[in-house]
Amino acid sequence: MKQLLWWQKGMVGFVFGVLAFLYLPIVVLIVFSFNDSKVTSFPLAGFTWHWYQAVFANAQMLTALKNSLIVAVCATGLTLTIGTLAALVLDRHDFPGKGLFRNAILLPLSLPGLVTGIAMLNFYKQIGIPQSLTAVVIGHATALLGVVVSQVMARLAKTDHRLLEASADLGAGPVETFFRVTLPSIRPAILGAGLLSFTLSFDEIPVTYFLTGRDITLPIYIYSTLRRGITPEINAIGSMIVLVSLLLIVLSVGLLRDRK
Amino acid sequence: MRRPSSSMLMTAGLFSLPLGWALLLLIVPYILMIAVGFWTRQFPLFVPDFQFGNYLQLFSDPQYTTVILRTLKIAAMVTGCALILGYPLAYFLVFTIRSDKLRNLVYMAVIVPLWVSYLLRAYTWKIILGTDGALNSALMSLGLIDAPLDAFLYNQTAMVITLTYIFVPFMVMPIYAVLENIPKGLIEASEDLGIGPLGTFRHVIAPLSLGGVVAGAMMTFCLSFGDFVAPVLVGGPDGTMVANLLQTQFGAALNWPLGSALATLVLIMVLAILAVTGWAERASARNLR
Repeated sequence: MKQLLWWQKGMVGFVFGVLAFLYLPIVVLIVFSFNDSKVTSFPLAGFTWHWYQAVFANAQMLTALKNSLIVAVCATGLTLTIGTLAALVLDRHDFPGKGLFRNAILLPLSLPGLVTGIAMLNFYKQIGIPQSLTAVVIGHATALLGVVVSQVMARLAKTDHRLLEASADLGAGPVETFFRVTLPSIRPAILGAGLLSFTLSFDEIPVTYFLTGRDITLPIYIYSTLRRGITPEINAIGSMIVLVSLLLIVLSVGLLRDRK
Repeated sequence: MRRPSSSMLMTAGLFSLPLGWALLLLIVPYILMIAVGFWTRQFPLFVPDFQFGNYLQLFSDPQYTTVILRTLKIAAMVTGCALILGYPLAYFLVFTIRSDKLRNLVYMAVIVPLWVSYLLRAYTWKIILGTDGALNSALMSLGLIDAPLDAFLYNQTAMVITLTYIFVPFMVMPIYAVLENIPKGLIEASEDLGIGPLGTFRHVIAPLSLGGVVAGAMMTFCLSFGDFVAPVLVGGPDGTMVANLLQTQFGAALNWPLGSALATLVLIMVLAILAVTGWAERASARNLR
């Protein structure tokens, strides 16, 4: 390795600083989830499982967690189905208004979720969809289409179109071609988009905030609890969520690598 | 035609599903929101109308203009901070790290926080900052300060720190992508011509990475402008942002037309920013050719 120059050494320090900035807060969250004190301050008071026990004894929080999981699973399934179809249409066909469709589908990725939530609330109110978890599922599935479409389209762009022609020439119908040629080649993109959609839906606040009724999801539960103050239970459930997210990342990196 | 028409019909049916879905559940709602922005409120109802009263109110009532200006200011500060942290990081990843494996590892380390709950990442700053938060108590137990500093929680600094923390990866990703695409030959050529690292940076790397900087900056700006969580968790009374205003219009104030007008303003701003970004990216791609 080449000797680093003085400014490059400075940069190494800087980069470590930024990485510390990115990770220290997560460490703080986990440390305080085991801290035997109601306040989150140093010096640490001692080790406890109490806050984790409190999470599992908190029926409201568990219901919210269950709701979140149901919403995330349904929204992910729905958005993967519609998003993959949308990507195929956009990849293969030209039609008037195509650019508008693509941009509209991608818009929720850069538009603050709040605006999308408000637009949906206005519309649902007009056509009579009541504020409920169903409304949240439809909202999430729609807002997350952009994630699926962008990932699957990127993958489709790399697919060799001659394979599709070969499949047709060999007598396979469009359905058979889809399942035997197209789907295997876009599977990693679908898998990646599915994991990302699940994570984003599970964590979503702004759209959910406007569309949900009496049943609330975990982020909304945490959000409304936090407005009243901190409870260390949140640190405990938060640490568990962080752990599960990290496991999901490792899993997805592993899965995607094997497919190469 | 070799295929029977029933399969053509099925294909057409399958393909119209996503388009119909996006039209009905995404495009129509946005258009309706823009329309509601022109409606009138006649308490407790909202009456279809076409008048600019809501916009007039947003632009003339200081209650709204201060919040809009403050949100612009905070979003700009967050974008600046994220750029200061993100650019050197992306530069380091691409040009200083020689091993591909290490580079991918550090890049992953930057991206991974995006997968960890956004709400929790904002929340940790509520634990860290604040009167008896982790930072103050740590400084006190180290003996560096005698009394807690009020400088951190429930003010704009806290919001800028929190939002920068949340959105730095969005800045790093596009900058990393453009830096990685700069042909290494260009940099070697510049070095061969006897131009130092600073000159190479100014004349070669900086102009070629402008597209990524613009893309990252715009993304960070848009997302922090509309952020929903940080103002509530770490912002104080002088930390009201556009998101809080919107929340109020659809909640306690029950003025959907005014709220929709404000949301439409945000929509227009984001669309304008996306247009500029697209233009800058195309310009930067032309530079590279």
